[in-house]
Amino acid sequence: MNLLTDILGWTCLLAGGFVIITGAIGLLRLPDFYTRLHAAGVIDTLGCMLIILGLLFQAGLSFTGIKLCLIIVFILFTTPTAAHALAKAALHGNLKPLVTGGGEQLSRN
Amino acid sequence: MFAAATVAILAAMLITLCRALLGPTIYDRILAVNVFGTITVLFISLFGFLTDRPEFLDIALVYALINFIATVAVLKFFEYGDMGRSAYDRDDFDL
Repeated sequence: MNLLTDILGWTCLLAGGFVIITGAIGLLRLPDFYTRLHAAGVIDTLGCMLIILGLLFQAGLSFTGIKLCLIIVFILFTTPTAAHALAKAALHGNLKPLVTGGGEQLSRN
Repeated sequence: MFAAATVAILAAMLITLCRALLGPTIYDRILAVNVFGTITVLFISLFGFLTDRPEFLDIALVYALINFIATVAVLKFFEYGDMGRSAYDRDDFDL
């Protein structure tokens, strides 16, 4: 049982590290603010959940586990709100999305 | 195993910081700082487990909340130019 939780926790932590690095590289390399928002969403949801889940396997059913659950609940409530506010502020501030091909359709609106 | 995940998170923090410094628009910088804060929450939690002191999780909880408030406050400032007026300054306000 102990070995099983260790293996599960290790897998989750390594997968979370991989997802977070992928999202960070996307944040650096993608060409446009709105596409970078997508890369940030990968870090904020899947990366966070995998890392916290890996820690949760280590903590087990204890007070520490409850705190970890609270952290993931807060992150899952706040980061989509922040991302939505960012996208709305960028649209409000007249930041145009980068469009290649079919750009006339967007500009007609 | 905690050390490997911590190293990955530190590398991601460095890359995110590059975007915050490079970012062409103000929104890129705010996005990068927001993601940096989220990764910092994970880093604090992982560091608590790495050094066998799970009470670091309290700090991570507080940091998660402060990060959200900071992002929304900075966004509001850049969208409207001020942080909003108090009710006393308004003309239609009467007690």
